[in-house]
Amino acid sequence: MTLILMSSLLSMKMQTFKARALVPILTAMFLAATFSCAASAQLNNPYTEDESGQAVLYESFSERPKHMDPAVAYSSNEYAFISQIYEPPFQYHYLKRPYQVVPLTAVRMPEVIYLNPKGEKLEQGANDRDIGFTDYIIDIQSGIRYQPHPALAKNPQGNYEYHRLSAAQIEAATSLNDFNATGSRELTAEDYVYQIKRLAHPKIQSPIAEIMKNYIVGFDDFSKQVKDKPKTAIRDLAIEGATALSPYQYRIRIKGKYPQFIYWLAMPFFSPMPWEADVFYDQPGLADKNITLDWFPIGTGPYLLAENNPNRRMILLKNPLFHVETYPSEGEPDDRQKGLLADAGKQLPFIDKVVFMLEKETIPYWTKFLQGYYDASGIASDSFDQAIQFTGSGGVALTPSLLEKGIQLQTSVTTTSFYMGFNMLDATVGGATEQARKLRQAISIAVDYEEFISIFMNGRGVAAQGVLPPGTYGVDDKSGFNPYVYDSLNDKASAPAHAPYLHPVGKAQRKKIDAARQLMTEAGYAGGIDPKTKEALILYFDTTATSVDDRPRMNWYRKQFEKLGIKLVIRATDYNRFQEKMRTGNAQLFFWGWNADYPDPENFFFLLYGPNSKVQYGGENAANYHNPEFDRLFEQMRNMDNGEQRYRIIQQMQEIVRRDAPWIFGFHPKNFSLFHGWYKNLKPNLMANNQLKYTRIDTADRAEKRRQWNQPVFWPLVLGGAVFVLMLIPAVNAYRRRGRETVQ
Amino acid sequence: MVVLWTDALIYLLIVVILALGLHLRGKEHIKRPLQQIGRSKIGMVSLVVLLFFVLIGLLDSVHFKPTDDTKNEIISLLDYWATPLREHGEKTYSAPFATKLYSKEMIAMPDGSMQWGYPRLEFGGRHLNNPETEKIPDILQKALYGLAQGASLIVFFMLLMWGLLAEQHKRLMLSSTAKTVLAVVFVIVSFSYALIYLSPYYHVFGTDKVGEDVFYQAVKSIRTGLVIGTLTTLIMLPMAIIFGILAGFFRGWVDDVIQYIYTTLNSIPGVLLIAASILMVQVYMASHESDFTSVIVRADTRLLFLCMILGVTSWTGLCRLLRAETLKLREMEYVQAASALGVKQGAILLRHILPNVMHIVLISVVLDFSSLVLAEAVLSYINIGVDPTSYSWGNMINGARLEMAREPVVWWSLTAAFVFMFALVLAANLFADVVQDAFDPRRSGNE
Amino acid sequence: MTQYIIRRLLYSLPLLMGVNILTFVLFFVVNSPDDMARMQLGQKHVTEQAIANWKQQHGYDVPLLWNDSAQGGGKITDTVFYQKSVGLFLFRFGVSDSGRNIGADIKERAWPSLAVALPTLMIGLLVNICFALMMVLFRNSYISKDGVYAAGQSGAGAALEHAGIVLCVILMSISSLFYIIGGQFVIGKVLRLVPISGYDDGMAAVKFLILPVLIGVFSGIGSGTRWYRTLFLEEVGKDYVRTARAKGLSETQTLFRHVLPNAMIPILTGVVVVLPLLFMGSLIMESFFSIPGLGSYTIDAINSQDFAIVRAMVFLGSVLYVIGLLLTDISYTLVDPRVRLS
Repeated sequence: MTLILMSSLLSMKMQTFKARALVPILTAMFLAATFSCAASAQLNNPYTEDESGQAVLYESFSERPKHMDPAVAYSSNEYAFISQIYEPPFQYHYLKRPYQVVPLTAVRMPEVIYLNPKGEKLEQGANDRDIGFTDYIIDIQSGIRYQPHPALAKNPQGNYEYHRLSAAQIEAATSLNDFNATGSRELTAEDYVYQIKRLAHPKIQSPIAEIMKNYIVGFDDFSKQVKDKPKTAIRDLAIEGATALSPYQYRIRIKGKYPQFIYWLAMPFFSPMPWEADVFYDQPGLADKNITLDWFPIGTGPYLLAENNPNRRMILLKNPLFHVETYPSEGEPDDRQKGLLADAGKQLPFIDKVVFMLEKETIPYWTKFLQGYYDASGIASDSFDQAIQFTGSGGVALTPSLLEKGIQLQTSVTTTSFYMGFNMLDATVGGATEQARKLRQAISIAVDYEEFISIFMNGRGVAAQGVLPPGTYGVDDKSGFNPYVYDSLNDKASAPAHAPYLHPVGKAQRKKIDAARQLMTEAGYAGGIDPKTKEALILYFDTTATSVDDRPRMNWYRKQFEKLGIKLVIRATDYNRFQEKMRTGNAQLFFWGWNADYPDPENFFFLLYGPNSKVQYGGENAANYHNPEFDRLFEQMRNMDNGEQRYRIIQQMQEIVRRDAPWIFGFHPKNFSLFHGWYKNLKPNLMANNQLKYTRIDTADRAEKRRQWNQPVFWPLVLGGAVFVLMLIPAVNAYRRRGRETVQ
Repeated sequence: MVVLWTDALIYLLIVVILALGLHLRGKEHIKRPLQQIGRSKIGMVSLVVLLFFVLIGLLDSVHFKPTDDTKNEIISLLDYWATPLREHGEKTYSAPFATKLYSKEMIAMPDGSMQWGYPRLEFGGRHLNNPETEKIPDILQKALYGLAQGASLIVFFMLLMWGLLAEQHKRLMLSSTAKTVLAVVFVIVSFSYALIYLSPYYHVFGTDKVGEDVFYQAVKSIRTGLVIGTLTTLIMLPMAIIFGILAGFFRGWVDDVIQYIYTTLNSIPGVLLIAASILMVQVYMASHESDFTSVIVRADTRLLFLCMILGVTSWTGLCRLLRAETLKLREMEYVQAASALGVKQGAILLRHILPNVMHIVLISVVLDFSSLVLAEAVLSYINIGVDPTSYSWGNMINGARLEMAREPVVWWSLTAAFVFMFALVLAANLFADVVQDAFDPRRSGNE
Repeated sequence: MTQYIIRRLLYSLPLLMGVNILTFVLFFVVNSPDDMARMQLGQKHVTEQAIANWKQQHGYDVPLLWNDSAQGGGKITDTVFYQKSVGLFLFRFGVSDSGRNIGADIKERAWPSLAVALPTLMIGLLVNICFALMMVLFRNSYISKDGVYAAGQSGAGAALEHAGIVLCVILMSISSLFYIIGGQFVIGKVLRLVPISGYDDGMAAVKFLILPVLIGVFSGIGSGTRWYRTLFLEEVGKDYVRTARAKGLSETQTLFRHVLPNAMIPILTGVVVVLPLLFMGSLIMESFFSIPGLGSYTIDAINSQDFAIVRAMVFLGSVLYVIGLLLTDISYTLVDPRVRLS
């Protein structure tokens, strides 16, 4: 009896050994978990902050922005932030279409004055050839103030608090928020001029410095002048092309006539920058702490960057000093009906805080959106079926399950062109010979981008009919199909086979593959056989698509070329090698895209302008296309104001390019975005990036929906625990029996 | 016939194994552990499964250019036999045994009108007129038919074997292990026969995003897995053995240098080393484009390089073990005696040291195999694994990650990769266990 | 002791030098500084001037190994190799290609990595040891060899142990990717018990850590349990255990008083080796659960070919590994009085 007792004591000891260690850890974890969840109602809520009645918007970013300096930033993920913070003098109207540039910090649209080469003023409507310079006189509003920022903080004596930091102060700082005092000052025209000087400074490395050299007067000279000077020195040096005429007025002088310049003035490159910022951030030691202008912007816009942790999240807070700007009261005819004008005349912005979370994987991202933790989302190709269905007439609609959640859908064709380029310097596919042209045309027919769009993009795109995306000036929406690749359907009664991704033109159909084979024969490659080798013609496709996800795409391309008997060899390399190949002209076929800087045909046609070719001049003409007639027309069209004549020239240029086929015109992606029902004032605007200030959210609705959608499911957990205990019973029994046996 | 680099190495590997087998035939110290493996049911069953995988891998390692087409394409024997699978591509996803696509599309009806619905597959279940009612009976009937054919085939072979066997071997065949093995062979053969029989009519594991048959992909991935698991070892073995034994035997500065090399390599995080090396391979291939005209050659080169790099990063462990063991062995009486008698050092190394460390080599080879197969998947996830155009379970899983976020979920790619990979790795692990039990002197003393 | 540590640290210098040379060769053969500049500056409107500027800013504007244009010692010191290597050895990692200070980033990101890795290791250790002990307890052969019991009596235990081993092998044979994908799918998406991914500072991090830690522990159970089981069995086979049993101690007594403490020596020293490396984080786990640790930092760097970061991480990993080895040696002397450092 006593012995049995002893063994059971021992077994208890063993259990306590385990329990001793396990229990505190588990309790600690659960306590912490419940503690942290107490604040938010849902167990799976990924946010821990208390919203406390504020309107907080949750967005995501997948790649940390590299630069937030408006002189350097040039990619969409950077613009997503800085467009909310910095304000160039002009902006795109939020509601009106076609896109229209309107004043932002400027009082009115700029006064444009044409000057002859001697600098004398010309009358309006002067002949283009006489124009030597153009002046833009810009008046800005008074009373606009910068966000509170340490660089502007002054001590009671009126000196800048943080412009001469001691080593100890720098040592102690870990983030910009460690500098407690902040200050602000009024925006002046001088700040805009200062920013233009910054664009010219070689140390800043502005991506548009090379382009602006060609336009802004004295830009290049200034650049050379300040080459070896520190960033802060430019304040006192003058640049010829930009001058502040008064605290609220400045002038930009550009070479010749360049009507597209107004679009540049609506980009963040031309935002104001206080000279204090450079003085502050240039102090040695701050860069080692990642305290730089690239990470902590200083602007006049509706939001300020309150937290910048690109490793995890970035937080924008409403700028308390934001000037008076109201929601637009005009728009397209049906905007009122859609409720887009409900907030007309109200002071912007509506949202107090925007939280951007880093989200790299699509699964968690999509799931969180469906759970209501993100307010807006794009649609990954894999969740497309879940979200979108096509209606009978080829239109798109949300699936019932998403409609039930009150989710809204927005679609728009982007001003982006994706194309597969032929290297025109290549011996096989390049050159202006009839043979090469027919080969290119044949391939253009064979690569069925409608199918591509349907398979890989879920129909989210339109097959390109030329260089220009729809919506750009000069595109004929009615009959503007590419006659070298498409047949008109007007004279045929047969229904198209692939209706859902039919080009919006609606009256054209891709030519039959036999037409392409015929062209191949005419080009001397009957059946795809290269007469030189007597084997199948081999073409090389250079791509940066090295990841697994690209494999089906590459297989698809191979299949397309197989239709003509051509063997396509994919050469996948990293982006560096690809760039090098493009530069040296070693590529044969390549796939690239272009995102419009501004909605003007010039911004697309210059991709095929001869003197812009990549190999010879290091320009953006990656196909190295060179056609004298095209170049002549381009030079003519470039600086023209929109009108009948320009339209005609654009049509001619389209025709030349379609015939020569230096590109297989790929597609223009369509943006599909999803928004929850509580997301208001939504209108896709491809040119403007500062749409956050117009957005309003219904927080009460969101809280309620989140509660509904995120009821945790506990029973499988309980069940699992029970099963585990049941499994342990025989084990414990066996152990007990043995314990008893020990003492017998 | 076209011999790719990895093919050549595989043939070399087979030759080496055969030669080793011949050399060791009838040696007593090898016989005992082999018999122990032979008696273990788990060991033999997993060996059968492994051999089955190896067979498929070998079929996939005989490459040639078909004479009848101008596509200039290199295919393997397996591809040749699986031509219907290879060419029966659909448009996009379809579920296992489906007759319709997995997503809705605009379909042109016979009367010219358009309708929004699930279109019929081009190949899957093409022979059915009315899939709703005919499908299930048809599948069952075909599966049964295939099973029966497979079963009769294997029974025929077994009877044939029985007839040819000598009396004493017949008794061996009646042992319980042999019966289990035969049963497993029977099951594997009849089921794979049924699968093969079904696959021209249906997509047994569905199709992937571009409509490629998932069953075909999973089968093709077997070779990649095997190549990574075996060739890596083949590449690292000479290095590990030579360096390990030399370091342990000669000590002194040789030991210092070798230790320095492997500690340096060891201290670099493996993944980073692999990443850097794979990037380098890409550069090499980019600058020697003309050597890699065909997709399959490119993929093969990358696979080979991956094996080499994995070999370079993984030889250090074995090398260290061998060094320690050699240090121990060189103090043994018989080695001391040999060197006292004036036997040349080379001879001592070859005759006394090498054979006595072989069990360590063998155990580490079988243990490494499964971890290498698993590592491939992880490396593919960070895009530093095998070529994206080649078939591998890692690539399949990677693609399937996104499919899990779909609603309704596309589960078959992940499942197929899981089933095949799991079967191979499990068999390898179980077999490794048995081998270890049999060859490890410490373990066998323990049991 | 101090002397020993100092000597070991000196030994590690040539080691780190070797690592440095190896990575330098790898990275600068792969990409020339020109390539890096082009990639970092983006694809639109890049000029030679901009590239030269970038190279100058990042210290790539000197020759790689030998500077002919410099004077005296400058021939060696004015090179990319010398300057970058010295920086590494002083732990001044410089600026990443994307313009952030690497040292500051590493300091910040090491903690989230540790927050995932340490609990995973500790809980994993505990769970694995518990399971291994249970399996040893139920072990059939162990009991029957003892000669006290007939084999059949503890058939249930034997069956359990066997089932345990098979289960371990099965768990081992599943790729860790499946655990992650499956765990996230079931617990995060279907059951909605925890946030599906993310991270927060302080105590708020706990709810984000539950899932990765759970998955990490679970995926390690198979191999861990098996490994500890062999360790225990090795110990069980030793003579002192037999003596203890002959003295009349029960199974549990021998196991907990004698076997466990002795087996803890290899277990603990094995843990000590990996402790410093925990800072490096887990590559896959962190990027799946978007935890801002060093693992995801490394993956991002690999994907964007940010060589400055990768080099820094390689070097850091090697340093931590060397520290781990040193700690192991020291911990041996602490737990096992027989070992003396000399």
